[in-house]
Amino acid sequence: MSRIVTEAAQAFSFSRRAMVLGGAQVAVGVVLAGRMAWLSVAENERYNLLAESNRVNLTMIPPRRGWIIDRHGAPIANNRTDFRVDLIPDRLEDRDRVLGELRQLLALTPEDMARIQTDLKRAGNFTPVQVAENLDWERFAAVSVRLPELPGVQPTRGFSRSYPAGAAVAHLTGYVGAATAEQFKETRDPLMVTPGFKLGKDGLEKTLESQLRGTAGAKRVEVTARGQIVRELETRPDKQGRNVRLTIDLGLQEYAARRFGPNSGSAVVMDAVTGDVLAMVSMPAYDPNSFSDGIGRLEWKMLSGDDHIPLMNKTLQGLYPPGSTVKPMHALAILRAGIDPHRRVNCSGVLQVGTGRFHCHKRGGHGPLDMVGAVAQSCDIYFYTMARELGYDTFATTVRQMGLGQKFELPFQSQRYGTVPDSAWKLRKYKQKWTVADSVNASIGQGYVLTNPLQLAVMAARLAQGREVVPRLLLDTPHTPAPSMGIDPEMLATVHKATWAVVNGGGTGGRSRFQGLPGIELAGKTGTAQVRRITMAERRTGVLGDGAIPFRMRDHSLFIGYAPAAAPRYAVSVVLEHSGHIYTAAPIASDILSWLFDRDKAMARLEPLEREWGGDVQTRMAAQWNTFQAEQAAPVASVPATPADVESATNNVVDSAANQSQPDPAVAQSNVTDRTE
Amino acid sequence: MKRINQTTSHGLGFVPAPLAKLPWRVLFLLLAIGGFGLVVLFSAAGGSVQPWASRQGIAFAVFLLAAIGISRVRMSFWQGVALPAYAVITIMLVLVELAGAVRGGSQRWLDLGFIRVQPSEFMKPAIVLALARFYDLLPAGEIRRFGAVWPAAAMLGVPVVLVMLQPDLGTALMITAGGLTVMFLAGLPIRLFLGGALGLAIAAPLAFNFLLHEYQRNRVLIFMNPESDPLGTGYHISQSKIAIGSGGIFGKGFLNGTQSHLDYLPEGHTDFVFATMAEEWGLIGGVLLITAFILLVRWGVGVGVRAENRFSKLVAGGLATTIFFYVAINLAMVMGLAPVVGIPLPLVSYGGSAQMTVLGCIGILMAIDRENRDRVRF
Repeated sequence: MSRIVTEAAQAFSFSRRAMVLGGAQVAVGVVLAGRMAWLSVAENERYNLLAESNRVNLTMIPPRRGWIIDRHGAPIANNRTDFRVDLIPDRLEDRDRVLGELRQLLALTPEDMARIQTDLKRAGNFTPVQVAENLDWERFAAVSVRLPELPGVQPTRGFSRSYPAGAAVAHLTGYVGAATAEQFKETRDPLMVTPGFKLGKDGLEKTLESQLRGTAGAKRVEVTARGQIVRELETRPDKQGRNVRLTIDLGLQEYAARRFGPNSGSAVVMDAVTGDVLAMVSMPAYDPNSFSDGIGRLEWKMLSGDDHIPLMNKTLQGLYPPGSTVKPMHALAILRAGIDPHRRVNCSGVLQVGTGRFHCHKRGGHGPLDMVGAVAQSCDIYFYTMARELGYDTFATTVRQMGLGQKFELPFQSQRYGTVPDSAWKLRKYKQKWTVADSVNASIGQGYVLTNPLQLAVMAARLAQGREVVPRLLLDTPHTPAPSMGIDPEMLATVHKATWAVVNGGGTGGRSRFQGLPGIELAGKTGTAQVRRITMAERRTGVLGDGAIPFRMRDHSLFIGYAPAAAPRYAVSVVLEHSGHIYTAAPIASDILSWLFDRDKAMARLEPLEREWGGDVQTRMAAQWNTFQAEQAAPVASVPATPADVESATNNVVDSAANQSQPDPAVAQSNVTDRTE
Repeated sequence: MKRINQTTSHGLGFVPAPLAKLPWRVLFLLLAIGGFGLVVLFSAAGGSVQPWASRQGIAFAVFLLAAIGISRVRMSFWQGVALPAYAVITIMLVLVELAGAVRGGSQRWLDLGFIRVQPSEFMKPAIVLALARFYDLLPAGEIRRFGAVWPAAAMLGVPVVLVMLQPDLGTALMITAGGLTVMFLAGLPIRLFLGGALGLAIAAPLAFNFLLHEYQRNRVLIFMNPESDPLGTGYHISQSKIAIGSGGIFGKGFLNGTQSHLDYLPEGHTDFVFATMAEEWGLIGGVLLITAFILLVRWGVGVGVRAENRFSKLVAGGLATTIFFYVAINLAMVMGLAPVVGIPLPLVSYGGSAQMTVLGCIGILMAIDRENRDRVRF
């Protein structure tokens, strides 16, 4: 009986529990439907975005850089079509086989292969890795037709930077290169890792980067999870960067670069009226084209090891004692101090100041000279005497007005401004009192005085015009005439008479007189900057000729000038480092300026010179490279130079150059300055 | 319920009696779910009946016919084979373990030479039948005694441990759920289940640390935070949620799913077929499919409620709930509510074994339903 009841109870219990179970199942069903509604309604937007970002792959198109053009519109830096081959790591199926075939098709070097392997390791799955750029059509086509057997290979047509003038503009433009890993980390800009994208690494390319870069384009493609492209959705073209117009005259710039020949040095040509920098040349230089393609370790080694320092922009970073080029300016300072220009000083070849004996460059002395004669003959004793009488502090004001030691706003990252010393400066820097010997040394542009070649050109321009000319490099704003410096026209006329006499009146610059330019005369001042201390032993045995001492110990040769002498328009400064000959800078400056008046004649004078030197800049650079390669016949290191290496090495070069041209205080105080003209 | 049955059995006089006697309502539900599944598989293959929709269609037809065949088998037969079948399948599970040990790796299949079988799949209905038989044999008065619990617990524990060893967490879970359902329906004291739930809450962290395999533990961890491993195991869940979420209310349209067609969704035709469906048919498609499954399961439970004898009641409730667990675990997994355990969506996911199991269950349910109706008629 009890069993039947229990069975009935069990059946009842089953029904009740089945109901609970069914209810729970419906509840779970509702929860699942609710969850689905949450995903597809409440979070629909978010998941739609995620689905889109899955489906759509955005490929950046590197923007074409803006051109850098000269004052007449000629391209200093432009873009040329470039065939490139990239790899998409994720789509590579048989990496070794594909790389092997590419190596054959594109004739890749072991150096290239090592770089590709490194890049592949670093790149994400969908980040393209560059295999080769600047391919000729044949090699590009060879890869393109074999694409079906080369999964993951992507041939692309892009643009690369080109500098038609090559080394002549290297220190002006700088160069471009791929972004570094640090730059990518800093900006998180995917453009940084897009193959073919280059940014400015030095010079104007770097400082004008924001104007030159432009806006990247983008290609949207639908891709599968394996990265296979299904179809192209849309393409937004890139926007080319802005063109930048410089005050540079490319023809003059190239001529100046060639005119230097195998010498090491710099030239700055300015429009003395507007301040426009027409040429700014530092030679020897590197080829910015090969730098922008990524320079090899060996080429880098050659450039950094060259004692002519091709990696330094000497016009802004080189500091030199200006030597006798300061004498016209000092003459102005003397006039302003109230000295009669006709007062004569007798030069006996040596001047005793305290315990020191100061020599004139002319051993026997010049005899009695007035101001014009002293500048023309570059007599040291005249200026020693005036400095001893007036003190260098009197000069320093005028010297600073003329632009020495002045900072100019130019779009370059590193400039060195030099020193215009005076008694306060010396006390601050060395905790020592200014001596008469210091004044005497500074009076002929030696001792503590240091300047860069651009400042020398500014000095020449200001002396020529009597206006506070400021150099400018970007031709972007209308020119406003420089304010007058308030110099007494009579004093200026005296100085001009002196600088005219240097070149045309039997002075030290006679060899730089314009030839075949009737009615146009050059005015200027020569100079020699002593690099080393002349020992007493040498003095006893006779000073050695420059040819007999090592390159780095030889004197610098300088020239500043302007033309036409009668109505100054152009100013120039030329510094020849360790030239070995005293008067070498003047003829170069003369030829460079003459180009502005008659380029055919200037070119005609260049031709025989270049034949003598072994060809133009490009030919000689190629020859140097071949010789160097032959010398380094040992196996080539396969690791390419990284931009970081390049930068740090450049800094080293700059520093060593600075050390080298920094005046030895001992020299300054040694009372031995007899090698100026 | 009754009204519909009467309509199907009496209302259409021109239909031959054997056909008219078929449970058309549930057959319609099955055809709707299976047919929709074929449509989804057609899309998953990029708009092609090859390779999945065609084979799935054939398998569906064969298993559905088999289920109708099974529905003619009398329940007394199942009553007789329940325990022997359970024993045979348990032995097969042991053999799988041994074979795996011999080959030096885990395996789920048993190669009988002419066919490869996966015994754990059969265990899902077998445990329901066996436990139902056990409680059928148990005198009603014994149900509140300890003797009603431990043999059942042992019968359930042995296959679960064997399947866990394979290791197949999903199937072990399914077997446990099926067994517990039968024990619940059989009338074991509620406090046992509440206590068990409490014990599980304590034991789960321990099991997580000591019982689960490294990859299973990872799956659970990644389930908790799928974004922690967006390209590894979490990739499945993330991409599945993207597919469902981007579908919206109305879906992207038939054949327009990007997640599935561009291969972002892994296993889009098997375990994650629901995501493939949801991307193209949206919330509407999902709710319809969930409703269809709930109706199917409710029908199964209802069959149990109407059944006369205890064995049939327990079997119907257990099998219906087994189907429910298939659906619930799969959907929870696909929508990111459960770890990825590898349970397919029955009748929709491509693949034979789950379809075979589920249609087998339905066959037995139809057999019980048939006996119920026969009883009603006479």
